[in-house]
Amino acid sequence: MSVTPEHPADLSRRTLLRRAAAAGLLVTPAVGLLSACAGSEPSRSDDTGAAKSKDNPFGVQDGSAVKVVIFNGGLGDQWAKEDKAVFNAKHAGVTVNMSSTQKIKTEEQPKMATQPSDLVMNSGADMMDISTLVNEGAIEPLDDLLTAPAWDSEGTVADSLLPGTVEDGTFQGKFYVVNVAFTVWGNWYNGALFAKEGWQPPTTFDEFFALAPKIKAKGIAPYVHDAVHGYYPRWALMATIWKSAGRQAVVDIDNLKENAWKADGVLPALQAWEKLVKDKLLLPGNLNHTQSQQAWLDGKAAFIQVGTWLKNEMAATIPPGFEMKLSDYWGLGATDKAPKDVFAGAGEGLVVPSKAPNKAAAKEFLRAVLSKSGSTKFAELTKSLASTKGSGDGVQDTALASANELMRNAPKDLIKTKLFDFYADLDKESQNLAEELMAGRLTAQQFVDKMQAAADKVAKDSSIKKQTRA
Amino acid sequence: MRHGVARFVTGFLALPVALYLFYVVWPFAQAAGYSLTNWGGYSDKQEFVGLDNYVRLFSDELIRKAFWHNVFFLVTVPLFTIALALFLAFLLNVGGREDRAGIRGVFGSGLYKVIFFFPQVLSLVVIAVMWQQIYRSDSQGLINGLLMKIGLVEADDPIAFTADPEPFLGVPAVLWWLLFIAVWSGAGFYMVLFSAAMQSIPKDIYEAAILDGAGRFDTFFRITLPLLRDTISVAWVYLGFIALDMYALVFVMTPSQGGPNHASEIFASVLNFTAFQKGQFGYACAMGVALAVFTILLAALQLRITRRERIEY
Repeated sequence: MSVTPEHPADLSRRTLLRRAAAAGLLVTPAVGLLSACAGSEPSRSDDTGAAKSKDNPFGVQDGSAVKVVIFNGGLGDQWAKEDKAVFNAKHAGVTVNMSSTQKIKTEEQPKMATQPSDLVMNSGADMMDISTLVNEGAIEPLDDLLTAPAWDSEGTVADSLLPGTVEDGTFQGKFYVVNVAFTVWGNWYNGALFAKEGWQPPTTFDEFFALAPKIKAKGIAPYVHDAVHGYYPRWALMATIWKSAGRQAVVDIDNLKENAWKADGVLPALQAWEKLVKDKLLLPGNLNHTQSQQAWLDGKAAFIQVGTWLKNEMAATIPPGFEMKLSDYWGLGATDKAPKDVFAGAGEGLVVPSKAPNKAAAKEFLRAVLSKSGSTKFAELTKSLASTKGSGDGVQDTALASANELMRNAPKDLIKTKLFDFYADLDKESQNLAEELMAGRLTAQQFVDKMQAAADKVAKDSSIKKQTRA
Repeated sequence: MRHGVARFVTGFLALPVALYLFYVVWPFAQAAGYSLTNWGGYSDKQEFVGLDNYVRLFSDELIRKAFWHNVFFLVTVPLFTIALALFLAFLLNVGGREDRAGIRGVFGSGLYKVIFFFPQVLSLVVIAVMWQQIYRSDSQGLINGLLMKIGLVEADDPIAFTADPEPFLGVPAVLWWLLFIAVWSGAGFYMVLFSAAMQSIPKDIYEAAILDGAGRFDTFFRITLPLLRDTISVAWVYLGFIALDMYALVFVMTPSQGGPNHASEIFASVLNFTAFQKGQFGYACAMGVALAVFTILLAALQLRITRRERIEY
């Protein structure tokens, strides 16, 4: 077989280049897309367990190695390195190979079906869809972790966790996800500024609308939020819906009940946000999370809504004298069905892939993460509460203290939506609609109608596996 | 002797061809295989579903929207890029003052060439991140900030750029803003390509035309353009592929990666969402295969249409 041309003169430099370019580029746009889909044959691996004991409930093999992948986002990864020390104090013979990344899905998804890491922190913008992981059986149920003895306190691991942590990690009746950070969401303000101006942080939208002109008069925009990632405004919308329409209304929404979005109290909650937009109380510009948070730190806006990772995320640029304080999301007032409920929950989930080679060590590492000593370090380093009880007891910090305060007065019921974890289609649609509502291109009524239509479509689609909550 | 050469060349090519087959062709074949299944992407469970995924493609509203957005880029990216690149190349090579020195480019054309080519040395993601700052929609954005300073834009009503879904000439504004970046970043490379082609056109043709009284306009449309036909046709195919991709710009620059509210959704962004968010890798592979087939057909068509006898000089 000869690949050289019979008459070399036929092949001028230009035609060769042109042909090569055409042949090579013919496939260029498709290459990335096609190869993204490619996988390879799966292989199995078995745990070879050592003897189990109270100090080694999963039978971790001495001399084995465990691969841990940490999401290096708002919380950083130093806390995980501390946990590694906690773990190795008990299991000096086990090698912990820890790496951190922001590209969880990009790096871990291709390995899930064949050679996954043992413990993966599935978090950030590039996370693997949790309902897909559960439906595909790609991650391991961790119910035996809950019943195992706690690392360095009395009782079981489950006993040592804050309320909501087990529920947040439970899908289809099994506990899959260990959420390490306990996050509280709400409206943040600068305590120093409010004290100086004599402003009271509002508890209802009416109070906010009364305060807003005074804030505007000082040349400050009353409100700012991340307008680029739709799930940011969605937290606020869902919190207001819960407060206004009550727990059952949101449970019905999550369970795709007929006309759940049309229930009493849902529309007025969204109308409050619509008014905030129409009255031009938002800082102009479509800023992303860090841009909007910096604008707030720079004193361009009075309130920003975000979770308790804020302090850690912006640590480098907090101006001196700035007092970060968290207040609860606003309700509508007297008609509210659950005005005191707080939007909080365990987040930043660690999962153990079903095909992980060293699951025992992965579970044992989780036990170390949830230990008293590990979680105290976590709160110290991240200025965010851990899911383990009492992690923030010794930490001195206005942001953390105000979050603690909020949790102390909170009823046991935490504001929580599951819909968007259940169904990827509704996740996307709700983010888009939340962005549109906050951009003033959609009315509250249109939001409700479109969400209802999207929910109905999912409810009728038999190819989508349905999930429910109580 | 010729057989010896053949063996020598084959020996050198065997390894790269094997690598190419394994790392490029084989994943393609796998993707085509997966497109006939309902594989979710995270497990080894999959069922054969025949052509179901392809049937579904045709009734998928989001895909249809993405398809038309891709078609928009397919028409506009080559058109504007080639027009701009031709214009620049013409000015830099033959657009200068006509005097005794003969045909030449405008003053300082060497420097301009470097400047116009510069975007080409940056990765597309770097370009996207840079333009995020330029397009930033508050007073800290390069464009908004400047326009606010000179009073053309109100501080409380900045230009939204890539967050703007309002249609302009029937196409969401966000797509036009992305188009602008694509043309800006692409024009330099094609300017160099066209410059090289223009330099190979003999100067005496121009000189003859000028002696006959042809102006810049005539020399461009009657001499340069016809003689560049081959190069332009290659550029057109090349830019067609870029237009079908556009993924990096959409992914980095638009809200919710394809937003606002699907206003900048393209094939690749829908594919990404379907595979990685919805966990429907089988269906996503079908999209990939459909795009690949579409691309190949388009390339064949373009090369066919523009094929004709070559002028030797």
